[in-house]
Amino acid sequence: MVTTAPLVGQSVKRKEDPRLLTGNGRYLDDIRLPNTHHMAVRRSPYGHANILSIDTEAAANLPGVVGVFTAEDLKDSVKPLPCGMPAGGVENHLPPHRVLAQDRVRYVGDAVAFVVANDPYIAHDAMELIDVQYQELPAVVDAARAVEPGAPQLHDEAPGNICMHWTAGNKDDTDAAFANAEVVVKHHIYNQRLIPNPLETRGTLANYDAGTEETTLWVTSQLPHVHKILLSAFVLDIPEHKLRLIAPEIGGAFGSKIFLYADMALTAWASKHLGVPVKFVETRMENYVATQHGRDQTQDIELAARRDGTMLGLRVKSLANLGAYPSTIAPGVVTALFGRMVSGAYRIPAIWVEVDGVYTNTAMVDAYRGAGRPEATYLVERMVDLLADELAMDPVDVRRKNFIPPDAFPYTPPDLGMLPYDSGNYAVTLDRALNHVNYSALRAQQEEGRKAGRLMGIGISSYVEVCGLAPSSWIQKQGWGGPMYESAEIRVLPTGKISAVTGSLSHGQGHETTFAQIVADEFGVGMGDVEIKYGDTAGAPFGMGTYGSRSLAVGGTALQKSAQKIKEKILAIGANLLEVAPEDVEFDHGSVSVKGAPGSSKTLAEIAFAAWLNTGVPAGMEAGLEATTYYDPPSCTFPFGTHICVVDVDPDTGHVDIIRYVAVDDVGPVVNPMIVDGQLEGGIAQGIGQALFEGAVYDKFGYLLTGSMIDYAVPRASYLPNFELDRTVTPSPISAFGSKGVGEAGTIASTPAVANAVVDALSHLGIRDLQMPITPQRVWHALQQPK
Amino acid sequence: MDIVSTLRVNRTERPFTADTRTTLLDALREQLDLTGTKKGCDQGACGACTVLLDGKRVLSCLSLAAQCEGREVTTIEGLARDGKLHPVQAAFIRHDGFQCGYCTPGQIMSAVALLKEGRAGSDEEIREFMSGNLCRCGAYPNIVAAIREVARLGSESQ
Repeated sequence: MVTTAPLVGQSVKRKEDPRLLTGNGRYLDDIRLPNTHHMAVRRSPYGHANILSIDTEAAANLPGVVGVFTAEDLKDSVKPLPCGMPAGGVENHLPPHRVLAQDRVRYVGDAVAFVVANDPYIAHDAMELIDVQYQELPAVVDAARAVEPGAPQLHDEAPGNICMHWTAGNKDDTDAAFANAEVVVKHHIYNQRLIPNPLETRGTLANYDAGTEETTLWVTSQLPHVHKILLSAFVLDIPEHKLRLIAPEIGGAFGSKIFLYADMALTAWASKHLGVPVKFVETRMENYVATQHGRDQTQDIELAARRDGTMLGLRVKSLANLGAYPSTIAPGVVTALFGRMVSGAYRIPAIWVEVDGVYTNTAMVDAYRGAGRPEATYLVERMVDLLADELAMDPVDVRRKNFIPPDAFPYTPPDLGMLPYDSGNYAVTLDRALNHVNYSALRAQQEEGRKAGRLMGIGISSYVEVCGLAPSSWIQKQGWGGPMYESAEIRVLPTGKISAVTGSLSHGQGHETTFAQIVADEFGVGMGDVEIKYGDTAGAPFGMGTYGSRSLAVGGTALQKSAQKIKEKILAIGANLLEVAPEDVEFDHGSVSVKGAPGSSKTLAEIAFAAWLNTGVPAGMEAGLEATTYYDPPSCTFPFGTHICVVDVDPDTGHVDIIRYVAVDDVGPVVNPMIVDGQLEGGIAQGIGQALFEGAVYDKFGYLLTGSMIDYAVPRASYLPNFELDRTVTPSPISAFGSKGVGEAGTIASTPAVANAVVDALSHLGIRDLQMPITPQRVWHALQQPK
Repeated sequence: MDIVSTLRVNRTERPFTADTRTTLLDALREQLDLTGTKKGCDQGACGACTVLLDGKRVLSCLSLAAQCEGREVTTIEGLARDGKLHPVQAAFIRHDGFQCGYCTPGQIMSAVALLKEGRAGSDEEIREFMSGNLCRCGAYPNIVAAIREVARLGSESQ
C-alpha cells in the first residue's frame, strides 16, 4: 500500500509556478485568433458635458478601419449594464448605465464611440479622428458637495444625486446610550478613493462563430459564470446557450474584475456584427479613468463611552461616492459589508449607521480588496485610539476592555443585521503581537526617545472581518440578485486521474495548488494526479467566482463534499469487485481494501476503470464516477487578528519609516501556509499603500489628476519593509477544515495600524489625526501648525 | 509606414515587418509571438516589459524596435537553458516570489540584470534597484528573498 502524507497543511510549491515563470502563462492579450481585429474606445475628456455631435467620417475612412459605432448603432441591440446589488431593503435610484453614452457624458472616461480596425495602432489612430463636439456642464466630484442644494445634477432618475439612503442598527437605543455617556468622541474621516491597479489591465476578446451561432468571450473576469448570465439575460441579444465565457490567466484583479464592463458587450456585438474576432485591451490610462475605483467614503462618527473606557454607543453617518453610474454591486457593498461591520472586534451595545450612496462626475466606485470592511475597520480602529487619547488610557487597555470575549461566540452585533461572528479569541492575537514587539519596552523607548526629539509611534489594529461570503439567503437580503453558493464538480477519470472543476476563479491566489491539496488528500493520491480547472462556462457547473475571501471556505468545502459523495460510490464498487459487503471495506491511501485483510484490495484506478466501463458496478447503480455539489453555507466566517506597526517619523521632512510590522492573524486552520503568508503580505502592502501613498485625486472639473502609475503611488519594493507574520488558529464551525479566508485580511488590518502609528508618533505634539494618504507633505504641514 | 527589420532574440535571428512606431515590446509580442514579455502600462512606469538588451535591462515599451536591430535581446522565453530554469526562476519558486504572475517575467529579467550589476549587496539595495518593477500582489518580501539567495549562492560558488 502506498502511503501518502496529508498535503493539507503543507507549504506545497504552486502548480501554477512553472508556466508563469517561463512566459507561458496565457493571459487575455496573449491569446491569438486568426484575423483578430482591434477595438479602441473614444472616451469623454470632460467630467460632465452634453454631446452635441459625433462625426465618424474621418475615422471610418482610415484604411484598415472596418467600423465606427456610436450609441445610435447599438440602441436596438445592446441594453444598459444592470446593477446586480442595490442596497437591500431600501429604495434605490438606479439610472441606466449605457454601454455608450447617449446625449450626455458623466465622467472623464465615459465611452462615447468605438472603432474596430485590423491593427491596434490603426484602431487608436482612427479613434482619435472621431470628432465629438461637447457642451461642457458644471461637474461635481465630491460626495459632500454633490448632496448640497444647487449641486450639478447627474441623472433625472436620481434627484439630489442620491442613489439610496440606508440605515442599520437601533436609533433609539443609540440616542439613549449617548444621553448616558460620560464621554463622547467625535471624528470625521475621509477614506480616500483608491485605484486598484492590477498589473494586467482589463480586456475582452470576442469571437462569433457564424457556423454554430455561438459567441465566445475571453474576459479578464473574476466571475465568468455571473458575467455570462448578466450579459445574456440583461444586455446582449444572445441567448444564454449560445454564449460562452472563458477567463484565461488573470494578472491580478483585487475586485476590479468583478464588475460588468461595457467593452464585454461592445466586443461581443461587434464580432457578431462584423464577422471577425474583436479584441479590446485597456491602455493603462483607460484602466485609471474607466475601470472601477475603490473606497471614497466620507464619514462622521461619534463614539459614546464611560470614563473607564467602556464603549456604550456608536453613530456613523457615511457618504459613499459611487461615481457616475451604479456599478455592478456597489450600493450593496457600501451598505451591507460596511455598515453591518462598524463595531469591529468590540461589544458595542447600541449602534446607528446611515449610509447615503451618491452619484458624482467620477469613475464608478465598487468593491476593492476588502470592500466595505476596510472602511469599517479604519473607522472603528481610529475611534478606539481617539477614545484612548481622550481618556489618557493605553489603546491596548481600551481594546482589551471592549473585546467580544471568547465565550460570547457565536456573537451577533446588536440590531446591526450582521450574521453571527462564528468564533474568535481576539485578546490572544493582541497578546501575541504585543509580545512580539515587546510592547512595554517599546513604550519606554518611545518615552525616552521623545526627550531627544525622536518621533516614534506604535499603532495597533485589532480587526475582525466577514468573509467566506454566503449564504444565498442572507446575501439576497443585502440586495444581491443572485445566489452565493459555490460549485464543485469532481470526476475520477477511467485511469484514476482526477479532474476537479471549481466555480471559483483563481487570479493569483493559487487555487490549482490549494484545491489540489484538498482533493488529493480526500482520495489519497498525489498532487500530480489531480487537475483543478476553472474559468470556462462551457460544460462547467454554474459558479460564483472569487472575491470576498470566499474560495476556500465555500468552494473548498464544495470540493470536499463532492469528493465525499464519490468516495461512497468508490466503496460500493470496490466492495462489489472484492465480492464483499460495502460495510466490510475501507478506502484509504487510494485503494479500497477488505477490513482486516489489506492484501485484498482494489486501487482507485481499477475501481474508476470498472465504474466507467460498467464492469463491476453494483446492480441498480449508474456507471461513471463523478459528483457535483452546490454548497451554500449556513453562514459567513469571521477572521480576526492584531497588527502592530512601529514607525519613525522624520521631524524635518515628515517622512514615515516603518521600522517594524508585526501581524498576528487568525484565519482558521490553513491548507497551504506559504500561500496564506503570501496573501497576508500582499494584503498588508496594499493596506500600507492606502495609509501612506495612494489616493485618487480629481480636479473640480472631473479630470483625474492621478491618471497614471507615474502620478499615483502604487507601493514599490523600496517603500515597504519586511513583515513579521504569526498566527493563532481558531477553527470556524462553518467551513470544511474550519478555514475562514485570508485574501483581504491584510488589507483590512494594516491601514489603521499604520495610521494609528503615525498619529501616535505625533500625539504628544497635540496632533490627533492625519488625512490619508499620510504623505511626508501632510506630516510636515501638521508639524508646522502651532500647537 | 512599415519597416522591415531583424531582431536577434534569444540567440535567434528573427526578421519582421511592422509600423515604424512599433516598440520593442509590441514587436516581440505581436510580430514575433513572444508573449512572455508583458505590457503593464506602456509608459515605462511598471517594469513588466523589462527585457535584456545586450545584457542590460531595458523597458521594451520605451524602446523602438527599429533601434534594436543587430543587438542581442533576451526575453523570459530565452532564460531557461536546456530545459533547466535559470537560478533566479528557481529561486522565485522556492521563495513564492509571485502570485498572479503578470509582473513576474519583468521582475525576473530585472533581477537577472541586477545580480550582474552587483546590486544585491543588501536587502535595502535589492529593494532600491528593483523599485522599477511593480508587483501589485505585493510579493516584494519574497522577491527580495529570492534575489538575496541567488546572490549568496553566486558569491559562494565563486
